[in-house]
Amino acid sequence: MLLIRCPYCEEDRPELEFRHAGEAHIARPERIAAISDEAFERYFFLRANPKGLIYERWRHLHGCARFFNAVRDTVSDRFVMTYKAGEPKPETLPEETGR
Amino acid sequence: MADALVRADVLAGRRAETAGVSVVPGAPASRLSLRAPQAGIAALSKALGLALPKKPKGTAQDGTRAALWLGPDEWLVLDAEGVDLAGLCASVRTAHSAVDVSHRNVAILVSGPAAETVLAAGCPQDLAPAVFPVGAASRTVLGKVEIVLWRTGADAFRVEVWRSFSDYAFTLLAEAARDA
Repeated sequence: MLLIRCPYCEEDRPELEFRHAGEAHIARPERIAAISDEAFERYFFLRANPKGLIYERWRHLHGCARFFNAVRDTVSDRFVMTYKAGEPKPETLPEETGR
Repeated sequence: MADALVRADVLAGRRAETAGVSVVPGAPASRLSLRAPQAGIAALSKALGLALPKKPKGTAQDGTRAALWLGPDEWLVLDAEGVDLAGLCASVRTAHSAVDVSHRNVAILVSGPAAETVLAAGCPQDLAPAVFPVGAASRTVLGKVEIVLWRTGADAFRVEVWRSFSDYAFTLLAEAARDA
């Protein structure tokens, strides 16, 4: 079972307590009624879906119930790091610990 | 004339006892789902007569009353005497939400030397005393249902589970007790 670190519980917890909640750092346009259909499509439907590192929202649904952000490798399913919701996208990622 | 409505005790008469563990329903209690920002903690602690825990997995206990940390702004407050907990918070003027959930949950008490093993049959959290010491509490899962787990003693746990899930939770624990 995967262990995911919850930044609010400050602890590694089993993945069964968590729920995936889509890609992170997608800002809602300030005047959403004014944007074009194409811009709305890009904001609302189109996601990066990269092979490799992805920034995602997760929710510790069956724990503290908080949303937070996680950096995950979509190839290995390894969680590189997690950080609280509202914090900026980390500029540097922790070194591989080899675990 | 209709008879007065009587609330049925959903786990009445259920028990599972083996050499290593006993699984029994807990007595009725009052329960409060409390949500409040940091600014409201002091006033609510005073109203409840209990310092609300601020650390993950933290609990506070005073006599028959206990407060369990569920999240950074969420607590489950229990009182074995059936005190109106929401009423106690009514005078607090800072923003908060205090909802009486006394009859939403039922308690299942798991105790005995094999208690940890029995819970581990359905709960994926590390329950070793070093990580989940006496007094620790956490919302987590047991099999397919959500529970709040509170370690009340070295060999004793209290499982708070939604009433409609309690048959499932109790049966799972009773089966695990048979194997433990």
